[in-house]
Amino acid sequence: MVEYYQCLGLKGAKYLDVKLLKKGTTLVIRIMEDMDHHSSQYLRQKIDNEIIKSTVKNIIFDFSNVKFMDSSGIGIVVGRYKNVQKLNGRVAIVNANPKIMQIFEMSGVLKIIPAYSDLEDAISSMCG
Amino acid sequence: MSAQGGLKPLTAAKEVNMQLINEMKLEFMSKSNNEAFGRVVAAAFASQLDPTVEEIADIKTAVSEAVTNAIIHGYENKPGIVTMVCRLYDAGIEITISDEGKGIEDVELARQPLYTSKPEMERSGMGFTVMESFMDSVSVKSEPGKGTTVTMFKNIKSY
Repeated sequence: MVEYYQCLGLKGAKYLDVKLLKKGTTLVIRIMEDMDHHSSQYLRQKIDNEIIKSTVKNIIFDFSNVKFMDSSGIGIVVGRYKNVQKLNGRVAIVNANPKIMQIFEMSGVLKIIPAYSDLEDAISSMCG
Repeated sequence: MSAQGGLKPLTAAKEVNMQLINEMKLEFMSKSNNEAFGRVVAAAFASQLDPTVEEIADIKTAVSEAVTNAIIHGYENKPGIVTMVCRLYDAGIEITISDEGKGIEDVELARQPLYTSKPEMERSGMGFTVMESFMDSVSVKSEPGKGTTVTMFKNIKSY
């Protein structure tokens, strides 16, 4: 999957629990572990640190490696959405499994944040 | 404790004349590290009923929500003990998660989708909604200053 990211021209920082990759002003966040209240505490910090460091306008949350998420994940996604909205940026969700999609659906998040099954589609949808 | 709100109370299980097969009790510190621990234990215990992958996912998520509530609302991240009791019946699993923390002033308000008393923590206010969607019944008993008990039941089909 590292090769896949390199093909898309993405470069970035990698931790054990989350991979952060930049393509222009779009930050791709590839979460590598369960998303619950416990992990959301440091995920939020790592993501926000990356956003402060560089010009991030759009954010893509890649859920390909997330096997479990509870409602804490909604807070992470919506929190970052509120932040980039101020810069007219966009947020997208990629490859969330059906259970995770169900949780996003029930919170109404999918009405404001689109979900894609393909990372390239999500990247293409970002402009600027 | 006063009973407030719920789709089906705990006693409904007994009214349906269900056979108790097995029972376990787990107590752990109110540390967020234990959210995963609690949900994995509930899933492991529930596996004795031979649930589907989806039923296990539902149980894990509901337990994660209830345990998280005990930690961040019940004890507000202060030290405390969270207790989980799981009972296996022929019809399904009953899971009770309780704390001796702050308690809930208004249970009906707490159960409203998107309501949270902790927006500064980026809480979505969807915990109870998730529990109610993924489990077949959820009842809440709480008394301010004494604690909260959440009891959930999920029917597990046996083939």
